[in-house]
Amino acid sequence: MTKTLKTAGCAIAALLATTTLATAQDCADPIKVGVLHSLSGSMAISETTLKDVMLMLIEQQNAAGGLLGCQIEAVVVDPASDWPLFAEKARELLTVNEVDVIFGNWTSVSRKSVLPVLEELNGLLFYPVQYEGEESSKNVFYTGAAPNQQAIPAVDYFLEELGVEKFALLGTDYVYPRTTNNILQAYLMDKGIAEEDIFVNYTPFGQSDWATIVGDVVALGEDGMQVGVISTINGDANIGFYKELAAANVSADDIPVVAFSVGEEELSGLDTSNLVGHLAAWNYFMSADTPENADFIAKWQDFIGSTDRVTNDPMEAHYIGFNMWVQAVEAAGTTDVDAVSDAMIGQTFPNLTGGMATMLPNHHLTKPVLIGEIRADGQFDIISQTEPVEGDAWTDFLPESAVLTSDWKDLKCGMYNTETQTCVQLTSNY
Amino acid sequence: MLRLLIALAVFAGLSLPATAQSQTLQSILQPVADEIADPSRASVGAALDALVASGLPQVTPFLEAWSDKGVWQRDADGAFFYGQAAGGELTLTDIDTGAETVVPATGHTELRPNGGVRRVIGTTLVQFQLSDPDLTRRLSAIDSLARRPDADQLAPLLASIDEEPDPALKARKIQLANILTVTFADDPADRIAAIDSLSTDTSIEARAVLNQILTTGITATPGAPVGNVARILTVGDDLTPAAAYDLLVTGDLAPPATAPNAIRDALAANIVDGRAGGIPTAQLGDPALREAAYATLAAAGTVPPLVTAQDQADAIAAHTFAAIYAEGDAAITDAARAALTSAETRVAAAQFADLTLDALSLASIYFLAAIGLAITFGVMGVINMSHGEFIMMGAYTGFVVQQFVPDYTVSIIVALPLAFAITFAAGVAMERLVIRHLYHRPLETLLATFGISIALQQLAKNIFGTQARPLTSPGWLDGALIFSDVIQISYIRVAIFVLALLFLGLIVFVLKRTRLGLEVRAVTQNRGMAASMGIDPDRINMLTFGLGSGIAGIAGVAIGLYAQVTSEMGAAYIVQSFMTVVVGGVGNVWGTLAGATLIGFLQKGIEFLNPSNTLAAQTYMVLFIILFIQFRPKGIVAQKGRAAAD
Amino acid sequence: MTQGFLVTNRSVRWFLMCLAIFTAVVAFGSEASGAGLFSTSLVKTLGKTLCLCLVAIAMDVVWGYCGILSLGHFAFFGIGGYAVGMWLMYARTEGIVLSSLSGQTIPPTPSEVSDAIGSQIFGVVGSAQFPLIWSFAHSLPLQLLMVVLVPGLLALVFGWLAFRSRVTGVYLSILTQAMTLALSLYLFQNDSGLRGNNGLSGLQNIPGYEQTSQATISLMFFLASALALALGYVLFAWVVAGKMGSVIKGIRDNEARVRFLGYRVEGFKLFVFTLTAVVAGIAGALYYPQAGIINPAEIAPIASIYLAVWVAIGGRGRLYGAVIGAAFVSLVSSWFTGGGAPNLNLGFYTVQWTDWWLVLLGVSFVAVTLFFPKGIGGVFDYLVRKPS
Repeated sequence: MTKTLKTAGCAIAALLATTTLATAQDCADPIKVGVLHSLSGSMAISETTLKDVMLMLIEQQNAAGGLLGCQIEAVVVDPASDWPLFAEKARELLTVNEVDVIFGNWTSVSRKSVLPVLEELNGLLFYPVQYEGEESSKNVFYTGAAPNQQAIPAVDYFLEELGVEKFALLGTDYVYPRTTNNILQAYLMDKGIAEEDIFVNYTPFGQSDWATIVGDVVALGEDGMQVGVISTINGDANIGFYKELAAANVSADDIPVVAFSVGEEELSGLDTSNLVGHLAAWNYFMSADTPENADFIAKWQDFIGSTDRVTNDPMEAHYIGFNMWVQAVEAAGTTDVDAVSDAMIGQTFPNLTGGMATMLPNHHLTKPVLIGEIRADGQFDIISQTEPVEGDAWTDFLPESAVLTSDWKDLKCGMYNTETQTCVQLTSNY
Repeated sequence: MLRLLIALAVFAGLSLPATAQSQTLQSILQPVADEIADPSRASVGAALDALVASGLPQVTPFLEAWSDKGVWQRDADGAFFYGQAAGGELTLTDIDTGAETVVPATGHTELRPNGGVRRVIGTTLVQFQLSDPDLTRRLSAIDSLARRPDADQLAPLLASIDEEPDPALKARKIQLANILTVTFADDPADRIAAIDSLSTDTSIEARAVLNQILTTGITATPGAPVGNVARILTVGDDLTPAAAYDLLVTGDLAPPATAPNAIRDALAANIVDGRAGGIPTAQLGDPALREAAYATLAAAGTVPPLVTAQDQADAIAAHTFAAIYAEGDAAITDAARAALTSAETRVAAAQFADLTLDALSLASIYFLAAIGLAITFGVMGVINMSHGEFIMMGAYTGFVVQQFVPDYTVSIIVALPLAFAITFAAGVAMERLVIRHLYHRPLETLLATFGISIALQQLAKNIFGTQARPLTSPGWLDGALIFSDVIQISYIRVAIFVLALLFLGLIVFVLKRTRLGLEVRAVTQNRGMAASMGIDPDRINMLTFGLGSGIAGIAGVAIGLYAQVTSEMGAAYIVQSFMTVVVGGVGNVWGTLAGATLIGFLQKGIEFLNPSNTLAAQTYMVLFIILFIQFRPKGIVAQKGRAAAD
Repeated sequence: MTQGFLVTNRSVRWFLMCLAIFTAVVAFGSEASGAGLFSTSLVKTLGKTLCLCLVAIAMDVVWGYCGILSLGHFAFFGIGGYAVGMWLMYARTEGIVLSSLSGQTIPPTPSEVSDAIGSQIFGVVGSAQFPLIWSFAHSLPLQLLMVVLVPGLLALVFGWLAFRSRVTGVYLSILTQAMTLALSLYLFQNDSGLRGNNGLSGLQNIPGYEQTSQATISLMFFLASALALALGYVLFAWVVAGKMGSVIKGIRDNEARVRFLGYRVEGFKLFVFTLTAVVAGIAGALYYPQAGIINPAEIAPIASIYLAVWVAIGGRGRLYGAVIGAAFVSLVSSWFTGGGAPNLNLGFYTVQWTDWWLVLLGVSFVAVTLFFPKGIGGVFDYLVRKPS
């Protein structure tokens, strides 16, 4: 099996060598980048795109002369949406293929599965998806949004701009919605929303029977308050949900819905007429009007060979993450994990939406928060954009984690208790 | 202030239209250009005031266009235009003169007011639209009014009722006027009369306004409560002791409770010679010793005294806790309470009716998904694990048809028989190629069809991708059948219900009234005997299998219309379908109907009891079914006779 | 007795010999022994495969020998994993918490320690309270007892209810599938107290052996899995041999006749069902520390159906068939889905096995059921015993 993986790696290397100008192949130790995204199974639809983005970025870097005078070689493996397999493949990447860095994962549970392996073997992972926070590993750089970079600003928008007084937190029953909703509940209560004005509901993956839940949400308005829905509903289930909302004659003006998991990729090829006017909060929208973004979209559509393909938030995260890693390697002069990790902190790179992203000592990025309104063509009208917000690994709105902080630069600890002034643990919480 | 200005503006706009002619809308907009270009709900009012105060006739169309994202701003000088973008071109219309120019879109920005701002604009527009000759404008005014009721709008609303030509809208206006009267009228008698009129109204708006009057706050007082008392609360039943004590603390009626962390921190801050409060720190892992140490420190006055549980209980006992209405007038709150109680009784009945509708709808979906399975299982004793994939196949057929037939109504009419035909053919093929060879090995049929199931699922993924595909329902199935604010059901579900009834009738007809049905029933009862009577069991098997699969295909189209089409959609229904068949009793259409009804109602019932966790409802339902089968292994409608002894 | 049984049972001796050779080769070639022929991840994969073989022979006994097509044995496997996972998580977290609290001037109270462990473990799912089911998690012996007890009791109660009501055949299959579904739905909930969709993770880090390398730990688990498989094989071979084995096979072939002969069919079925559930639990307890993570997706009904598929492909009614099936299908499947198999270029279309493997598996499974009901093991029989 290991041998076959090597073959696969060689095949891809060969592919790259033909597509790019093989200049510096005389490198003694080629730089290897592991790509750990599911190419089959339920997550393939989201993650395959990210694999393609990585191949594009590597190809571009090689065309621009590679890194440290060497060509970069991509090692692509398929963990098949199977969480234990993520750990196994990560181990293979680090021990058999001996990659210098891994870009990968989508779901939180897959990240939790990979974490012990990364920390044991001192690997380096760039994780590109918005997540629930409450974690900071020495070996992971989180290029997606922490809750305070997506959920909290969206709720602020609801409170301030839309005047929402009553909240329905609807989510698919897994860790990201659970934790995010816990944080939001604490935050809303902090903001003076009474506990009985927050309705929380969890549904299974792929839920299709939404009539009762939509009815419950509409009924929330019976005490005369403006109702808003914060949706962490995942994937396919969204379709039925928005259909049912439309069937109940609920427009975005009556009950606005802001979604954290609905982006361009999810909307592409769908009938979006039921969704128009509803909101989504991300750090990137394809409709962002900057020259960098126009360039990125053009290169992406050129690479993939189709002008129908959309770009989305996790793709931008990989774009920033990869470029920062390249800068850090150049600054450190080596791909050694510890040296690169140290060099990563403080790296800056331009966002596709304008402004600069900075890597913070807690391994999170500064990101602007964008709120978009869904258009009929599946794109988003950006109606609000904040200044860059610093990602916070440990939320300030839950009492247990409010006292925790992460600082890999001075404190050298990802879970530091500021009250007792001790490092709770050096490994991460999995 | 804003209201005053609006009133003034209305006055000015009505009486002195000529005076404002010297101004242009552009000149009024420019001083507030920033606010127009990047508005916020809280601050847009000033800009709107200025616009309305101008009294210009162009204001209304401008506000409407602005709200609909039809206004563009030229970046160079900040001038506003109506704009229509097409490709890279932009058709600009001057907001004052109406002159059109075509320019490149670059250098111009579309204004996108957010939902909150749009609502404020809508409220501002109400006064202009209430008596507008255009019905849609009047409707939109009423919608805005309902979303943001406002004291000043009561008078114009009342004034507009008499002239309203549309009877439905007139009724709606009267209802809204009542609701506004309840909150905003000056005379308590008017308010009470309006409140009484709401006692039969189950709409959410009516209950909302009543609930607002009945808003209470909890207070703690040493003696009798003051104000319009809703009721006296008992600590323990209405209020947890912790919450009650918190209330006392926030009211400065009791000292804050000492948190365990505070004890630890206080001890840590007062360590003398390795001892805190006279006790060696090493022993302070024991909670009792910690409290003792703290008590010593408190006695010495170094830390605030410990508030014990007893202290807290005493403090709670010494106070009266009461819910006090925010509305001071007891007559009004009494009337509102009476009206709300009466309305809520109606609402409860309506909710029950709504739940029944939801349950019926779910039952009809389960029935459609399961009936095909019931036929094959009943007649042939064969478990078809790939039944779910036939459902999926039907749904994808619908999707493919919609790619070629753009008209949704026609495409559904084409898709239904086509889905039946395709899945019928697939079912017959499967029966001929696989099932036929495994008739005496039912467990192996189960596994072989499972093999087909995973192959078909993966095939669908390879062909259509893993992403959900849309199956769009025709326009006439959009929306919902609305009985009241509480009782409503989407047309698509009604259609599925009708479809289920249709199939029930059809299958019963085929089984009871046709030659094929007779033969099918004969084979079901005794295969050998039927064969000796000249019936060809092979042919019957093939046809029933095809029929069962074909119905699954149609169910797929129906399910795809209301939910999503994915390669895994069949898998989501297969276990439910099995349970429906098994619970209902095998080999009987009525049994499947009973099973689907039981499961549908049960699931909705459990969801009603535990609305925040749909997953738990499903778990309990499966557990119930397991238990049910233990006690009635043959299902609700048990088969009798020889066929029962499988 | 056992001696004689081993002597009379040639296949058991052959199997044990093959297993011993295989184990020795892997052990001496592993990184832990210095040879480095087999990478740690490969050793882990092979160790896990042995556990799958163990649960497959349990499935073979209950289905191939006793005729009960249980679609719930992977649920018992998962329960075993959860039981051992609870201790692993608790003990690991306790170590972390104690070392972080030890720096404080005032020693922590027991409730502070348990709160800290709770918020560490359940912080991920937004809670800090220990649910009741974690009552024994602090103790390894108790939790190991749970590995055996929970699947055993569940199987006993469930089996008693089902067999008592004479639920048989496909009905029983569906009932066991419903049980699996209920269990996985329950575990998917965050309120279940077992961390919902995230499940229990970091299980490869064994508390008390933090300094031991994963190469050594993986080898230890590999050896333990091999030993468990050997013992399980001997146990089941003994169960299905002899008089009891004949009764069990009789139940498979015609339950009514065995009942008329005066045997208490329900008792035998219940015994087989419970015993195999316990063995499945043990296999799971060995499997998940090697996999590193257990979550409800592992227990989904489809996993139990795959278990039946392995046994059917390997060949029912012969223990080595189940072993061959489980090892062959799971390894081949990870070879195909791992991108190991070269793509097949048909000229007009390139078959990518990551996409097409499941289609191939499904079709070949139908083919096996139709044409080779005895599975791979049947071919084996044909080769060993000359056709008479």
